[in-house]
Amino acid sequence: MVVGALSGPATDRVFHALADATRRDILIRVIRSGQSVSELARHYPMSFAAVQKHVAVLERAELVSKTRRGREQIVNGEVGALRRVALLLDAYEEIWRHRAGRIADILDEE
Amino acid sequence: MTVISSNKDVERLTLTFVAEFDAPVDRVWQVWADPRKLERWWGPPTWPATFERFEFEPGGQVRYYMTGPGGEKSHGWWTITAIDAPHRIEFDDGFADDNGDPVDPKDITHGVVTLEPNGSGTRMTSVSTFISAEQLERMSAMGMEEGLRLAMEQIETVLKD
Repeated sequence: MVVGALSGPATDRVFHALADATRRDILIRVIRSGQSVSELARHYPMSFAAVQKHVAVLERAELVSKTRRGREQIVNGEVGALRRVALLLDAYEEIWRHRAGRIADILDEE
Repeated sequence: MTVISSNKDVERLTLTFVAEFDAPVDRVWQVWADPRKLERWWGPPTWPATFERFEFEPGGQVRYYMTGPGGEKSHGWWTITAIDAPHRIEFDDGFADDNGDPVDPKDITHGVVTLEPNGSGTRMTSVSTFISAEQLERMSAMGMEEGLRLAMEQIETVLKD
């Protein structure tokens, strides 16, 4: 996993940020495309303030950044180009792990 | 099944994935050569694949679509560029429009798969090369969220140890 390449306090902040399912979910959404905090808040059974706190933890870990659009704050996935490619390759690797698992299932059935 | 190694080359946009199966090469070859078997594993879990055209020969054309969680369809095509049964297949994989025609014939992922005997089993090596980061992104968009979620869950597992 690409975040493992970091070290020191920055790593601790990244691991802490990603140790929560809601924060992982938020990060996955904003890596695809930037979203406002209120857009994000619609996906979770919690208050706007609670979502804002989660975003703040991700921000401290430098996994997301916020920009202003009118009255709204847009949350963006903060991943450099190479890191982004590494994440995408990670995702593609998972697709292959699933594929290999299902091939094994098919071979076992025969 | 054992995943032997998985190697990501960020500069070259290449994923090399090696797995071993408890079955002889001929049987593993069939999961590629038989479209009814292929469609049981090609699509990511939430995007099952259906192969509509399947010419398993050098220069052969393959057309398929994957059906997403909301019923949306994503079409894809292969051109098989080389086959050496039952050991090697090379193909170009790209996005197709709703008619199954390639959106851009140059916008491809090149796949090279080799099967080698390993004791009584088979070692499968799959090398996928993307032409650009944008293309990698589009290609992994299907199943990507799931992949990212799994990759991140592994971090959580490490934390719990």
